[in-house]
Amino acid sequence: MVPADLRYTSDHEWVRIDGDLATVGITAYAAEQLGDIVFVELPDVGRMLDQFATFGVVESVKAVSDLFAPLGGEVTATNPGLAASPESVNGDPYGDGWMIQLRIADPTQLGELLDAAAYDDLVAAG
Amino acid sequence: MSVTGPRLQPTLFERSRPGRGGGKIPHPPAGALDRIPADARRTSPPALPEMNEPDVVRHYVNLSQLNFAVDTGFYPLGSCTMKFNPKLNEWAARLPGFANLHPLAPDAIAQGTLQLLFELEEALAAISGMRAVTLQPAAGAQGELTGILMIRAYHRDRGDTARTDILVPDSSHGTNPATASMAGFRTITIPSAPDGGVDVEAFKAALGPQTAAVMITNPSTLGLFEARIGELLDAVHAAGALAYMDGANLNAIMGRFKPGEAGFDVMHFNVHKTFSTPHGGGGPGAGPVGVGEALIPYLPSPRVLQVEDGSFRLERDGERPSSIGRLRSFVGNTGVLVRAYAYIRAHGASGLCEVSDDAVLAANYLRQRLSEAYDIPYDRHCKHEFVASAATIKRETGVRTLDIAKRLIDFGYHPPTIYFPLIVEEGMLIEPTETESIETLDAFADTLIAIAAEAHTDPEMVTSAPHTAPVRRLDEATAARQPNLRWRSVPTFEMPCPD
Amino acid sequence: MPYGPHTASDRERMLAALGLTSVDELFDDIPSAMRASPLDLPPPQPELELAARLDALSRRNRTDLASFLGAGVYRHWSPPAVDQLLLRGEWYTAYTPYQPEVSQGTLQSIYEYESLLAELVDLDVVSASHYDGAAATAEAALMTCRATRRERVLISRGVHPHYRGTVATYFEGGLELQEIPLVADGDAAGTTDLAALERLLADRDRPVAGVIAAQPDFLGLLEPMPRIAELAHAAGALFVAVVEPVSLAVLAPPGAYGADIAAGEGQPLGIAPQYGGPYLGILASTDALVRQIPGRLVGMTTDLDGQRAFVMTMRAREQDIRRDKAASNICTNQALLALAASIYLATIGPHGLRDVAALGASRAADLERALAAAGAPRLHPGPYLNEFAVRVPDAPAVHARLLDRGVLAGLVLADAEPADLSLRDGLLVCATEVTTAAEIDRFAAALATELASVGSGAR
Repeated sequence: MVPADLRYTSDHEWVRIDGDLATVGITAYAAEQLGDIVFVELPDVGRMLDQFATFGVVESVKAVSDLFAPLGGEVTATNPGLAASPESVNGDPYGDGWMIQLRIADPTQLGELLDAAAYDDLVAAG
Repeated sequence: MSVTGPRLQPTLFERSRPGRGGGKIPHPPAGALDRIPADARRTSPPALPEMNEPDVVRHYVNLSQLNFAVDTGFYPLGSCTMKFNPKLNEWAARLPGFANLHPLAPDAIAQGTLQLLFELEEALAAISGMRAVTLQPAAGAQGELTGILMIRAYHRDRGDTARTDILVPDSSHGTNPATASMAGFRTITIPSAPDGGVDVEAFKAALGPQTAAVMITNPSTLGLFEARIGELLDAVHAAGALAYMDGANLNAIMGRFKPGEAGFDVMHFNVHKTFSTPHGGGGPGAGPVGVGEALIPYLPSPRVLQVEDGSFRLERDGERPSSIGRLRSFVGNTGVLVRAYAYIRAHGASGLCEVSDDAVLAANYLRQRLSEAYDIPYDRHCKHEFVASAATIKRETGVRTLDIAKRLIDFGYHPPTIYFPLIVEEGMLIEPTETESIETLDAFADTLIAIAAEAHTDPEMVTSAPHTAPVRRLDEATAARQPNLRWRSVPTFEMPCPD
Repeated sequence: MPYGPHTASDRERMLAALGLTSVDELFDDIPSAMRASPLDLPPPQPELELAARLDALSRRNRTDLASFLGAGVYRHWSPPAVDQLLLRGEWYTAYTPYQPEVSQGTLQSIYEYESLLAELVDLDVVSASHYDGAAATAEAALMTCRATRRERVLISRGVHPHYRGTVATYFEGGLELQEIPLVADGDAAGTTDLAALERLLADRDRPVAGVIAAQPDFLGLLEPMPRIAELAHAAGALFVAVVEPVSLAVLAPPGAYGADIAAGEGQPLGIAPQYGGPYLGILASTDALVRQIPGRLVGMTTDLDGQRAFVMTMRAREQDIRRDKAASNICTNQALLALAASIYLATIGPHGLRDVAALGASRAADLERALAAAGAPRLHPGPYLNEFAVRVPDAPAVHARLLDRGVLAGLVLADAEPADLSLRDGLLVCATEVTTAAEIDRFAAALATELASVGSGAR
């Protein structure tokens, strides 16, 4: 079961909302599907993202996946630890494995995200 | 036979000792480099290893014995066509007249090679039903780029600049969409039909005035012939687009199907697959491209031309302005092409037809032998290769295709291609080729069946395989996270050099 | 069929297992309208006859001339150990090392190749190779665009014309490639025009992703590489150096003068000319660009038992995984040629390589003197290593007549660079460690005779 206090996309990103800031990462399910993560390509701070636009790439030994922004906004921070320790995405996907933080441009977009129960259903359906 | 025995080798750098080696090249006269300005000169010598010839030889002989190769055993790698590499071809390529010819030699002293290249073009055109062939591309992927660039030039010449898309099936080899991107096109991926073929209806729905081309492999990467190919090609042409055929699977259809006759506009050949040129541990190959009438003006330059008196010459720069130009230096991977030429002449039409017949028969025989122990997703005859799946085995035992592949190594086989194409779960793409005896096929089938049984009785044995290879499974995650891509030498030593 | 094992009874057995009577039934799914017409090919030849045919064809080439032709492909002596090792079936009939447990030979040899070239070019990341120097240069140019997110690349006319042509083909559509002219006269004639480069870099509206220059350049001349690097970097562009590997034994390597990427042709490392290939495309970069470098990379790691081993790494960048987002569509590398180059380097060693370069320089100086005395002075005054252009009136005709006299007098520059009128009367000639004094004498004597008859109007 995924953390109840987060929101999710059908592409397996999670979002933690804190006022007008959103922290984004990928779920444990996604990390498990990918296998050992070896590299995460992140956008520059200051970049403006549209909702559901590609903001980066996550690479494992044998696979690669685009990362999609759950919400639109300006990138305010990226996780500096991922360059040296990409494996934290596997080990602590909702904590140390966070990827970017952005300033939410349009709070109404939150309505398009899934809650924990809906995401769990999605994963269970396969 | 399995690859065991020799221990792993130190690197060249670890074998190096200052003062070892030499005696190959005479010393230059003193002051030979004095006229080179000091600021252009190297200030410290490259720390290359110093070894004597016996150590070099042992190093490379021992390393070679860590390799699996067609010359050591069965290599049923689907989509790679690991057939025997004839030794005559190695001899031919090394003939001094071929090997020592400079690529910018005047045509007058290159007539032997020019004739060989011209005849090879004719042979490939005859095999494929195409009207003309270029031998320039250095590999299949470069051949694909050549073909797509010609298609782009064709549309541009017609003022048809809105054609931005290339359609490929989801079973396509990764080079197809990568090529489309390199040429500036957007790739639209069309899911395959349940029977493993391209979904002709889905293709038709996606075709439109924005389509530049489709890229099709036939037989498909699942080893299945596209029976509705005629209908698909008609639809492609009706939409004003062109059809590219990825010729990687040509080994299945020589003498049975000519892509040019069927309506494909352009295709590439993989001579290191169909025409037996050796894989070399990952290259070199060559990727000649055949075209129909419409694309001839755009072929890369220079072409090999025959003159009225029967001699041959290379096209001059600028002689054919419609050409897309060159994809590489000089004329092509001629050394590889000599081998392909020899192969085709050794076989002739009857021999090549027999190659395809035997390749297809062997694949179907193996498929039949494995049909109880493994899932065989598509219920019809395959061509030169087929997909088997370990999906049921995985469900019942947890053992995966990857494990089965690694376990095959313990029995002296190279694993088949695994997890390609991506559309089959726990897939193994098996291509025996026509040069393997029935005894080899039977022994391989027996082994795969035994491993399937072992998955039930002793799964741990399979999941921790290989056990007898020179190394066990590797830590690929660390290799990618903390790449070590070069040997770090000790600080450079002094290199006294008689000058 | 020459190599197939199946007897009639083998085929019957296989068909019987399938419940079929003829192999034709396995091709029933080909619609009759699509069935191929008969294959029209020359009849098959048994090996004995085929060998004679191939031998006869090879003898229609003439490779016995005194050759001074370089222009990107150079005659060097390769120790026989190289080819004899290369003929081991475990090397040349192996496939790409996708199953590392049974490919440690190939994998270690590629890692060693990467390491050897890293020493030569003095850059940390060397790819497992590309098709040839031209393709490597084109990939380097594309790398500069990806890395800087700019769309314009400047390439010196001192880079080999085939390489410039190849980059132009790869660049068509979206990206801009512009040539930097060469200096027309004076001491720096024949090298990259730095003032022109500065002007090209100054256009703020079209920022430059990369600047490409060759060392030595196509005309054999030494370029001011550190200065070109400076100019490129000052404009925020990357610098690509196109290099010749044997020269790197004695010339400053790209890493020393600030190149971000090095590209080049590895053929001179013991690979025969073979009329065009297969050759060896060298591509190397700084560590900062490792994720942009296309093609295969082999790295060191350990296995489950902690043993050192080698594996293809960072594979997610490659076409089979990245598909339409891959940096390049490249699938093969030139593994066997990289092996040949490595064995060559290991066999002749660093002193040997230096001697090859220095001997070439020495013979080239002899050649220069002999040709000047015969009436063909150098076209450019600047320093060269072992290749240079000479002025010969009516060069194409003289070249053809020298051919009849058994001398391959280099490259007719009017054919290679027709747009450059200053090269109109030029022949590009080179010498290597295999060039003999007798060959030089023969060239000079034949040339003197030809020039005398040109001067006198006689034919």
